[in-house]
Parts: sequence; C-alpha cells; structure tokens
Amino acid sequence: MGNVLTIILQRLALGLLTLLIVSIVIFIAVNMLPGDFAELILGQGATPEAVKTIREDLGLDQSLISRYFGWLGGMLTGDLGTSFAQLNFQTNLGGGEGKTVAQQIAPRFANTMFLAMVTAAIAVPVAVTLGILAALYRNTVFDRIANIFTLSSISSPEFFMAYVLILFLAVLNPILPSLSNIYEGMDFSDRLVKSLLPALTLTLVVTAHMMRMTRAAIINLLASPYIEMARLKGMSPMRVIVKHALPNALAPIINVIALNLAYLITGVVVVEVVFVYPGIGQLFVDSVKIRDIPVVQACCLIFAAAYILLNLTADILSILSNPRLRHPK
Amino acid sequence: MSVLFSTAIWLVAITGSAWLFRRLGQYASDNAPRFRDMPYGVAFGYVLGVVALVWFALAYLQSLSSDPAVANKFFFLGVAINGFILFSIAAWIFRWVGRKVGTDGTRKLFRAMPLTASFGVLVILIYAILAIFAGVIAPYGQDEILQGVAANIIPGGDPALGGNPEFPLGTDQIGRDIMSRLIYGAQNTVGIAFATTLLAFFIGGSLGFLAAVVGGWTDQILSRGVDVLMAIPSLIFALLLMTIASVWSSRLGIPLTVFMVLIIAVIDSTRVFRLARAVGQNIVVMDYIEAAKLRGEGMGYLVFKEILPNATAPLLAEFGLRFCFVFLTIAALSFLGVGIQPPLADWGTMVRDSAAFINYAQFAPKAALTPLLAAGAIALLTVAVNFVVDWMLHRSSGLKE
Repeated sequence: MGNVLTIILQRLALGLLTLLIVSIVIFIAVNMLPGDFAELILGQGATPEAVKTIREDLGLDQSLISRYFGWLGGMLTGDLGTSFAQLNFQTNLGGGEGKTVAQQIAPRFANTMFLAMVTAAIAVPVAVTLGILAALYRNTVFDRIANIFTLSSISSPEFFMAYVLILFLAVLNPILPSLSNIYEGMDFSDRLVKSLLPALTLTLVVTAHMMRMTRAAIINLLASPYIEMARLKGMSPMRVIVKHALPNALAPIINVIALNLAYLITGVVVVEVVFVYPGIGQLFVDSVKIRDIPVVQACCLIFAAAYILLNLTADILSILSNPRLRHPK
Repeated sequence: MSVLFSTAIWLVAITGSAWLFRRLGQYASDNAPRFRDMPYGVAFGYVLGVVALVWFALAYLQSLSSDPAVANKFFFLGVAINGFILFSIAAWIFRWVGRKVGTDGTRKLFRAMPLTASFGVLVILIYAILAIFAGVIAPYGQDEILQGVAANIIPGGDPALGGNPEFPLGTDQIGRDIMSRLIYGAQNTVGIAFATTLLAFFIGGSLGFLAAVVGGWTDQILSRGVDVLMAIPSLIFALLLMTIASVWSSRLGIPLTVFMVLIIAVIDSTRVFRLARAVGQNIVVMDYIEAAKLRGEGMGYLVFKEILPNATAPLLAEFGLRFCFVFLTIAALSFLGVGIQPPLADWGTMVRDSAAFINYAQFAPKAALTPLLAAGAIALLTVAVNFVVDWMLHRSSGLKE
C-alpha cells in the first residue's frame, strides 16, 4: 500500500509543479501587453499623473518577479484582485464597495460545477452502457449507426448542437427553457430544469467520445486468451464482456472519462454563451471582450487548475484500478 | 412531466412488443434458429429501429401537410431527412462514378470505400471548389451592402413569406446576400483554418523531428515546454492570448486575424509535436538513418529526406483531425466574437449574428434556417473530414475484429 501512496504523492507533486509553471506562463503572457495596465485602464487621453497613481496602486512600479510573487500570493490566499470593469464602475459612480474578482467568480464557479456535474451524471452511465452495447453488437447495423452518430456529434461544433437542441426541444416543442437564467436561492428542481438543455448539449458532445473509447477498450481485449476461455465455457456474450472484459478495460475507460470531463471545461465556455448560463465561462468571454485582464487571468488559472486536477485524477485512478501499474517492475 | 410519462409508456410498449416479436417469429417460423437463438437485446433493437423508421416517415409526411401549424413543426425534420437522402444518393452516385472512371489505382480505392467515406470525399471536394472559386461563383461580394434591397429577407425565395427569388437564401441584418457570404465563408473560414493547420504542422513537425533526431537536452527542453503548454486547455489559452493580441493589433494596425492564425498554430503545434516526435523516434533507430548519418548527411537531409517520407501516413491522418480541431476552434472563437473579424464573411460570426432567428421557428421556419445554415456548413465539413480520416485509419490499422 505504501507503494501506491508514494506514486500518488509523486503525481500530486508533479501536478503542483505543472500548475506553478502554468501560472508563470499565464503571468508572462499577460505581461506581454503593450504598455501596461495603467494605460489600458485609463485609455488614450490619460494624464501622466493619473497613470502614475494607478501604477502605484496596482504595484506596477515593482519588478516583474516581485509582482509575480505578489500575484501568486494573492491567488493562494483567495485574493484575485479587482476587475477593471468594477474599478471603472467605482471611480465613475463613486462610493460603494466594488466586488473583487473572487466575489465575482465564486457564485459563477459554483454554477459551472453544477452544470458539469449534471452533465457527468447523465453522460457517464449513458456512454458506458452504449459503449458496452456497441462492443457486444459490434459490426452490426446498430454499431454502424452508432458509429455514424458518434462521429457526427464529435465533429460538430458545440454551438450547432446547442442550436439544434434549442430548435427541437425549446422552440418547436416547448419542453425545456432555452435560456438558463439561474439565480441564487433557486430550488434544486428549478435549477435542474433550467440547466438541462446546456447539460444535454454537453452530454451529446462528450458521450460520443467516451462511448467510442469504451467500445475500443473492450474490443481490444476480446482477442485475449482468457476471453476465449470464458467464451468456450459457454458464457453468454453479455456476461463475458461485463464480467471479464470490462474490469480489465476499466483503466482506459476511467482515463477517457476524466479526460472528457476535463474537456467539458473548455466546451462549457461556448455552451454557456449560447444559453446565457451564468457560469465562469461566460464571465471569461465577457472579460476577454472588454479586456478585463485581472478577471481573464484569474479565470484562466482556475480553468487550468481544474484541467490539471482532472488529468491528475485520471492518472491516479487508472493506477489504482490496474494492479500492473500499481506494482511497476 | 408529460414528456417523461409518454417516453416511459413508449419504452414499455417497445419492451413488450420486442418480446412479442420474438415469440411470434418463433411461432411463425417453426422455431427457426434465427428466432430461437435471438437474444432479447437484438429483438429490442429490431423493434426500436422499426418504430424509429416509422416515426421518421410519419414526421416526413407531416412536414408536407397543408396545415401550416403542423408543417412548420416538422419542417426542419423534413429538411434534415431530405438532406440525408439527397447526400446518400449523391455519395452513392459519386462512388459509382469513381468506380468506373479514373486510373486503376483510384478505381480500386473507390471499390473498397464505404458510403460514409465517399460522402466525406464528395463534401470535401465541393467545399474545395467553393473555396477556390468563391469569387466566380458568388453572385455578390462578401461585404457588399446591396442598395435598394431590404435587410433580413427570409430564405426560400417565396415572396408570400417575405422572401425574394433573387436572393434564394435571403439577406442578413444589414442587407448583404447570405448565399454569397456563405460561399465566401468557405474561402475565409476554411482557408484560414487550412493555413493555420499547415503552419502548426510546419512548426510542430519540424520541432518534433528535431527532438527525435537530436535527442538529449534539446529533446528534454522542447518536450517539457510542450507539456506545460498542453496543461492549459487550448480554447482557454487561445482566448487569453487573443485578449492580449487584440490590444497589440489595435496598436500596431495588424489585423487580429493574423494574430489568431499564429496563436492557434502555436497552440496546436504542441499536439503535432507529440506525434511527430513519437513517430520520429521510431524511425530514427532504423538502419537506413544510421547509414545516412555515417554518410555524413546534414540534419536537414535527415529530417526532410529520410524521416519525413516515412512518417507521411500517420501525419496525414493526423492532419485531417488537426484540421477539424483548428477549424472548430476558429469557428468557436469567431462565434464568441474574438476570431475572424468583419467585414470578412465567416460562418462562426454569421451564426452569432443571426442566432436570435431560431426563436421564430414555430411561425416562420425558413427564417430560422439562416443560423443553422452557417452552423450546418461548419458541421458538414468537419463530419466529412472525420469520416474520411476514420476510413483512412481503419484501412491502415485494420482495426481488430
């Protein structure tokens, strides 16, 4: 058992290191802006004095390295800075405590996590079941139709799927709402209904990939001797696959599920914009459009962290599920 | 709730009739092996398939109904089914022609081709022709605001419904011909995506082969750098860099599209690098590379004359997939409003601009076609490329079972 623990700790350390380097990359990227934040906030007609004040406010007069550590320290303690838009709002309208980036992001992050979880709850069981069925009935009409459908839904853009679903499920047959106006204090069922359409869109995109990989992982094993043995014993094909092939195919399947959940993080941006879902993706895109750098930076780091974390989970789970990886030679 | 309820009833009905179907089959065929050994799942599949086919046929009939309320509801299904049948026939004819015409090699290729692949090849050919000859085919310019023509003309060309026969696909919100913009979109969106993919392959491929040939520190540095870049989700990273690029582009006066091509090429080249390095490493250990090294050939010769020709097959399949990926990323960026900039006609932007028309689908289904046309154009191409790549991979690997 100690062996497993060391491996997991190693992976965790590696993940943390990656995250640290990613934060450096993001920081450097943001600092490639021409001029600096102060000019960006104040625009073209800024007086040198105003620029100087803001520069001191934001700590831009310090060196790059000390700024990086200041920013990193802030990130770690939950202080993500103040968004330019909020800063503008404050200076122009006076008074009032503006929201910090952390306050802006927190509720939206919760919304996005909710959406991702609803999606995962639908997609994972459906994908694994369909994948097993496709492996069971391989090279039949069902398999071929499933292949065409999955290929099409993998390769269509998310917004196409989203609009097709809106068209059929919200406009032509008003079953689900096409706008996901979610607010705080909504009860769970309302929330679920409102976020079902975006979740279905994401499910369509993600299920296809997971299902194909499940099918491939199982079929890969079907040529092994122990499967042959089980078959010759007279087991039913379903039992052969579920009892003998599936446990051995678990590692790649878990891996692909985690990778797809990581993919959800990217896909969520477009889908949130289509459905006006108040999640972190929409905040990100809005901030990109108005060049609200602190928010963009923070969102980017959060997305990257979630991505790395999910990949890490995939790694660890596939090690845990596979004794051969657990005891490396 | 009623939807859930009716779905449940349908499921129960199909479950029951599957059992009944197998029983009746056994009874009618005197317990023939086909029915006697039929697993329940297969029977269920047959019944489900028949129900789905019947439902589609009924929906298609309803889309032809004279009552507009009913016809509108099934209009899109009708269009989809029409398109599906039309494309199937076209793909079949294309394959048939391919089997008769051409050299021995191409004829052989077409003979082994599944219908999906021939559909893919056909669609790619059509898009290529549209993209190359857009200037000749398109009736109007891409940013030409037509004088004396109403904005938002509905597609279909039926004056009674607000169409105009001169503009079969209608006009957009400021009076530009949508058909011309769609055709130019093929040139811009596909062209830019193609150029980006080429650039990504150039960067990723040469660095990957370099890492494979040189090895050692160069390999380590490049690989670790790529690892870091790949740890950031690509769309997110692209959006971050686009924010910064947008400031630069307004300062330097270079179009944002140029920055977009560079950014996406660099981000995507990381994936190419991984593949090129892996393929290259397998080739580098071959004897003929050793021989070339002993002959005293330079690095350029090794990479381009020895490794590249032997790595074409996997790289070509990867090129198709990468192209799809880049194409979708660019479409997503444009859809979000930070990709290809107006006045260039581009499908992603067109979808965003006309998305609101979807809500009129119940009353004026043709008005809702506009956003779906552009989005469908994107989907059609990526699906086609994926079909072709799938077939290529299948052929080269001879997938198990």
